[in-house]
Amino acid sequence: MSYERDLARLDEIVGALERNELELDRAIELFEEGVARLRTASESLARAEAQVKRLVEQSDGSFSLPDLGE
Amino acid sequence: MTGRERRGPGPGRDLLPDLFSLSGTPSPARMEPVARRADAVPGEYPESALSISGLVRTAKEVLEGAFFPLWVRGEVCDLKRHRSGHWYFCLRDENSQIRCVVWSSDQFRIPAPPDEGMQVVAFGRLTVYPTRGEMQFAVTRLDAVGDGLWRKALEAAVLRLKADGLMAPERKRPLPLLPRRIAVVTSIDGAAVRDIMAVVRRRCPLVELVVCGARVQGDGAPEDLVSAIERVGRWGGADVMIVGRGGGSREDLWAFNDERVARAIAACPVPTISAVGHEVDVTLCDLVADVRAPTPSAAAETAVPVLADLQAQLEGIRTALRGALARRATLARRDLVARTRRLTTTAARMGERRRARWEQAAARLHALSPLAVLGRGYALARDEADGRTLSDASRFEPGLPFRLVLRDGVVRARAEEIEPGTPAGVEPPADSR
Repeated sequence: MSYERDLARLDEIVGALERNELELDRAIELFEEGVARLRTASESLARAEAQVKRLVEQSDGSFSLPDLGE
Repeated sequence: MTGRERRGPGPGRDLLPDLFSLSGTPSPARMEPVARRADAVPGEYPESALSISGLVRTAKEVLEGAFFPLWVRGEVCDLKRHRSGHWYFCLRDENSQIRCVVWSSDQFRIPAPPDEGMQVVAFGRLTVYPTRGEMQFAVTRLDAVGDGLWRKALEAAVLRLKADGLMAPERKRPLPLLPRRIAVVTSIDGAAVRDIMAVVRRRCPLVELVVCGARVQGDGAPEDLVSAIERVGRWGGADVMIVGRGGGSREDLWAFNDERVARAIAACPVPTISAVGHEVDVTLCDLVADVRAPTPSAAAETAVPVLADLQAQLEGIRTALRGALARRATLARRDLVARTRRLTTTAARMGERRRARWEQAAARLHALSPLAVLGRGYALARDEADGRTLSDASRFEPGLPFRLVLRDGVVRARAEEIEPGTPAGVEPPADSR
């Protein structure tokens, strides 16, 4: 979900910058925020390949996720 | 009793070969009188009479051996739902009728009890109910002619779900763009898990699949599905849930038309895609799910974005962001240049205005200069001796030397004769008088 929020904010930022109505200082501030959010979003696309898990509920109500094969 | 035993030559055939022969006509040999013997073929003589139980049991064995499970068609009457859970009714046509039963253990395949008078097709086995010595058709599958029964049950459930607002469009939750974890409620060893896995690996392998196993068909499947869906909800670790199975017959998919399963989906806090492999029918689960997919693979396609697309999108944003800032900087620079230019021109214009004002003053001064009139052809007479301007005739006297100052030089002159009075041509015009 944070990926989505980052993306939505990035859209806002690009839009605001493209309207060319901002003070230069504010534009630079937004640009820097945009770069930071881009970095976060890119990082979430660079996670390791995930395994297929199985959802197991313990008797105490907690959950464990063993690999599907196990 | 297994089917093979039933189909084999039953004991009844050995004991009573002719009584149940299809022709119904005793063979000529039997018509001849023979010696009465107690150990003769059972039922052949009063001495060897069969017990009723024996007869009915034999009839049951013969009858059950003679018929495969089969479909019959007829009209429903006298339907009774017994306290034990079994359904009893008759199937009839114009000439005949037969008693039918649906054991409670077989009812999970049948969407709803039939209506009185409904034309149905029923699949079952012909048996004999020994206590009453009656034929009975044990039904395991039942449908109204033209799907009526399924539709009836489904429509009733749809109305109840609708009344509770569970199908309202505004209830539909959007799926996340990039789910981290997808819970899959399906048979743990079914094709659906493999299909979904394949799609996820291909599109975006960093999405984690968490399988929550449940039987998806047969007795107990709805309860299993409900408990798996509720487990996913309690766990709370999934961004999306896929509930479904691969394709199958309508009966195989019936668990997904179970109202309890639909309600479990509606109550689940996780956005849900229903993925029941079917083409034409819509299941109850489809109606309450946030998104409906025709197959588990399609559900995975819907839930999981293509990683390369996301990367390209981010790249696009990066470019746009840089471009926008660069344009903003260019704009700032242009703004600066424009301001500088404005400042210079303003300064220049101020200088110009000052010069113009000087020129104006100079011109006014020039116009006022007595010498200016010389430019227009007039001459000025000045006394030779003291340089005073001689503007009146009375200041002259014959012989007086004077200077005549002209536009381009001075003429030395001497007065000849003085004639007082206004010279002709200098008088004002007559009409202005």
